[in-house]
Amino acid sequence: MKYKATMIGVVAALALSVASIAQAESTLRLLTWGSYAPDELIQKFEAEYPDITVEVTFSNNEEMIAKLRATGGAGFDLAQPSHDRVHAAQLEYDIYKPMDLSQIDTSVMSEVHLEGVKANTTIDGEVYSVPHQWGTSGLMADKSKAPDFKHWSDLCDPMYKGKTSMRLKRTILLGTAFSMGYDPFAAYADLDEYQKILDEVVDVLIACKDNVKAYWKGGDDLAALMLSGEIVASETWDSTAYRIYSENPNIVFVPPSTGALTWIDTFTLPRKGKADDAAYKWINFVLRSENVTIMSASSGAIAAVSGGQDLLPADKKAAVNAAFTPEDIANLKFFANIPPGIEDMEGKALEKIKAATGG
Amino acid sequence: MQKDIKRLSLILLFAPFALWITLLILLPHIGMVVLSLREKVAPRVYEYGFANYIEFFNEPIYWNTLIRTGSMSLLVTVLALIIGFPIAYYIAKIAGPRMRGALFLLCLIPLWVSDLIRAFGWILLLRETGVISSFLQWLGILSGPIEMLYNDVTVIIGLVYTVILFMIVPLASTLDGMDNSMIEAGYNLGGRGSTVLRRIIIPYAMPGIASGCIIVFMLTAGSYLTPILLGGKNSSWFTEQIYDQFITRYNWESGAAFGMLLLAFTSIVVWLGLKLTGQTLANTVTKT
Repeated sequence: MKYKATMIGVVAALALSVASIAQAESTLRLLTWGSYAPDELIQKFEAEYPDITVEVTFSNNEEMIAKLRATGGAGFDLAQPSHDRVHAAQLEYDIYKPMDLSQIDTSVMSEVHLEGVKANTTIDGEVYSVPHQWGTSGLMADKSKAPDFKHWSDLCDPMYKGKTSMRLKRTILLGTAFSMGYDPFAAYADLDEYQKILDEVVDVLIACKDNVKAYWKGGDDLAALMLSGEIVASETWDSTAYRIYSENPNIVFVPPSTGALTWIDTFTLPRKGKADDAAYKWINFVLRSENVTIMSASSGAIAAVSGGQDLLPADKKAAVNAAFTPEDIANLKFFANIPPGIEDMEGKALEKIKAATGG
Repeated sequence: MQKDIKRLSLILLFAPFALWITLLILLPHIGMVVLSLREKVAPRVYEYGFANYIEFFNEPIYWNTLIRTGSMSLLVTVLALIIGFPIAYYIAKIAGPRMRGALFLLCLIPLWVSDLIRAFGWILLLRETGVISSFLQWLGILSGPIEMLYNDVTVIIGLVYTVILFMIVPLASTLDGMDNSMIEAGYNLGGRGSTVLRRIIIPYAMPGIASGCIIVFMLTAGSYLTPILLGGKNSSWFTEQIYDQFITRYNWESGAAFGMLLLAFTSIVVWLGLKLTGQTLANTVTKT
């Protein structure tokens, strides 16, 4: 009797584990940015491929890498880190696997982004990423209160004392370096040189602390500061600025005079992903032009497909047109690959700024 | 046979506790210690050594932040005690039995909402265009908006609010066990209110005070959300430092070292506190 019960238990356990394996084959586990997997698209995808279910985990660059590092690249089937975050992370932690480009319809992608991402993420002749969407970091200003806001250094202009904000992350370090006439990306090759630039940037930003109302920590935080009128200008992601623009058309994204800093979010396969086929299907699916518009409506970013800007939904298109002139587009500065060691230097610089009691 | 059953039941009863301690407390901490002793020399190459700890002591920013976190946590603990003691005394000694339950419930209600939401609540109240600022302007007390968010005072208010319950509960339960006749005797023998408080009530409540303070101090020093959300440009908190090491700087090794240092630091503070008040850990745990 007891024997029988044990057998039933064993069989049940086996059946359960088989079931979970079978399920794993048809589950696509996405590790992506908030708003990069709108429900509408997921339902459409699952309707088209009924054998695949999509599970989404929202994250950001740093947390994506930390999550994958913790498991050696297991637990997810498709990740979306930015193009500058793939190379070093792969060298240091071996968390991704090369892509099979023949599985992806690369003909729809815009040439400049595809080649840029390939150049950034090729290791030993193998390509690790393809582009998905791109956007910029720059400034945003309330045109009715700060009409001449144009440079990174305007954030520290005493005219706007207590009325500006920034995020204490690497973007503001880079922007400030550009505004001081340096090219930090060129200096990445020589870490001593970059450290010198960073030291100067830290001094400038510590002196600027008094001018800043608060450091924002997330898009909602920033939107509340801006829409309430507590600040008139800030460093920002373009997508946040576009979202605010739809509520208050006085507030526009301002590409800094030295060029908006441009990121491309990629598709990259985690090393121990189990559903590559489903991942490739998802990539091809979201790059189809009818789906690009749905994605851009949710994310506020421009798809890296040919004519991606024309596929934006109407309100986002208006916001982009209000922000960018063709010269601004020509002046975009793509984030350069982050070599190992830079994160530590930049992290320390940011800590110094935070700890300084200047303002 | 009887003995075997007894032993078996003992093992079964003990097993969940042992599993919990080993799997969820001991193992992760051992992992942290091992990680904290690794140094990165090149990509995918590591050596063992104390470099991460030495780095902490060489960089004033790090230990200044730790001391700042420690002293602000102590301040929060003292404030929570000063505010919490009268409340606990009222609940345990003055309120009637039915009232007591209701009051406890009132204290508990804020805990039904997550830390995050409560922090956002404070933000709504205190920001420049927030409820309090607008209300004061409407009353005519203020001529222009006032910013009450993004400074250390706000962080302390927020923290006291979050942790005060953990002070009230142990205090109230200790005071509850105190015989009313002891207080009456104190008065009968001619003691004034302050004397009774100092010589009778506080010594009796000492184990509750100690355990409340330990819990509150540990919770505060280890809190992350409240200082981050309510703090301003200069408000660094040590947990933020640890998060940055782990996530922003990809430096798990020194993040782990910082974690161990925070644990060591808070343990030392608690030990000092127990020594100074003449309490033992066993005493504070059993009496409350």
